[in-house]
Amino acid sequence: MIATEQCGLSNHVNPTDQRESVIQVRGLTRYFGRKCAVDSVTFGVPRGSVFAFIGRNGAGKTTTIRMILGLLEPTRGSSTILGYDSTTLPPKARGRIGYMAEGHPVYGWMRVGQYAGFQRGFYHHWNQEVFASVIDYFAIDPRTRAGHLSHGQRAGLHLAMTLAIEPELLMLDDPATGLDPAARRSLLEAMIYFTRSRERTIFFSTHLLDDVERVADHVAVLDYSVLRVCCGADTFRDRVRRLIVRFRSEPPHKLPAIPGLLQVARSENELSIIVANLNEQTERDLEDIGAESVEEQPISLEDALIAHVGRQGDKSFLLK
Amino acid sequence: MAAFHVTVTTGAGTPIYRQIVDQVRLAAATGALPLGQAMPSVRSLAERLLVNANTVVKAYAELVRDGVLESQQGMGFFVAQKRQVYSKAERLRRLRQAVDNFIHEAVFLDFSAEEIRKAVEEKLTELDWQTKPNGEKP
Repeated sequence: MIATEQCGLSNHVNPTDQRESVIQVRGLTRYFGRKCAVDSVTFGVPRGSVFAFIGRNGAGKTTTIRMILGLLEPTRGSSTILGYDSTTLPPKARGRIGYMAEGHPVYGWMRVGQYAGFQRGFYHHWNQEVFASVIDYFAIDPRTRAGHLSHGQRAGLHLAMTLAIEPELLMLDDPATGLDPAARRSLLEAMIYFTRSRERTIFFSTHLLDDVERVADHVAVLDYSVLRVCCGADTFRDRVRRLIVRFRSEPPHKLPAIPGLLQVARSENELSIIVANLNEQTERDLEDIGAESVEEQPISLEDALIAHVGRQGDKSFLLK
Repeated sequence: MAAFHVTVTTGAGTPIYRQIVDQVRLAAATGALPLGQAMPSVRSLAERLLVNANTVVKAYAELVRDGVLESQQGMGFFVAQKRQVYSKAERLRRLRQAVDNFIHEAVFLDFSAEEIRKAVEEKLTELDWQTKPNGEKP
């Protein structure tokens, strides 16, 4: 297992970034029985950022989000949101947070139009115009019963309810999963529209890396309950590199400990490796094991992120 | 803005901001983006491409630094009068690098020296035809 410290990608935010944190998580831990769902997670979300919280199903993303929102007690550790302790979040602060729960659950019997009246009862601020335009954008007839909506339309309904309270912080738990391409696009448009004001922040969990590449400026990777990466998206891209290492004959089977080594794929007489924080020592380490040439190759954000998930030796989600 | 459109792809080895920089640079060099042309605002380009506005900010900043665009206070970004920001040695180095890549690819594809020269000639003629109407041809 590669600890985040070794990758050097664990700094919470860009060090030059002095903006205030809207979310601050410190050593957050949660057990369900004997199973650890979230293990000592620490990070901060700067105001005005679009923060992608990435991880596989079951990595602990939803548990973390629920703890940040004060919907679930942590076993250890603490978190603050908008400056308040998550466990004692006052209703007034809650009204400044737009939360979209995973899977977009609805009351099937309620009509879409009635949802506006239902939801606005919980918030001191409500913009009916925003609600109506998002509903219209997703081509939903307000008279439809929520139980008859498609998955994409249900997401649209949730988005309408979330945006109508005009929050300063959006917490989206896996908003795009299961949406068709058109609904996904609408969701991305809504996210970009929301950040027109630089004071607003989006925290979203996902495993769709195209969306991350488009909209996120900060990335955090949670894997097997542990935070592997947390930094600016540009910093992340600059630091993770792919090297093609060629050998005269078969490459060595056992590699020495190369700091920041994330992934190794071998073929006949070369290794394709992904490393974090490439430096001169890395090149020397590779020469020491008999590398004839080392060539850098471009790497996509997706490959760089996937290199951070999985127990060591896993190649990807499917190809083990 | 008749002919010029930026397009971006995700999942590529090239970051999105770099894709924008490369396309604007090429369009300005070939005249597809004429001198003085106003660029879309940061927000409108970000919303059209569906990308974070900071990505466009970063791309425009690099294009300004390289002299491809100029920023006019409160007015936005415009295609700049071409000025060379690289030294002669650096320009030569970059040209050689570009030629190397191109020749390697062409040789690998089994083209003869004559065919390669012809293709280069054709491309140059085509670009001349694009730059002439703007009076930018040296």
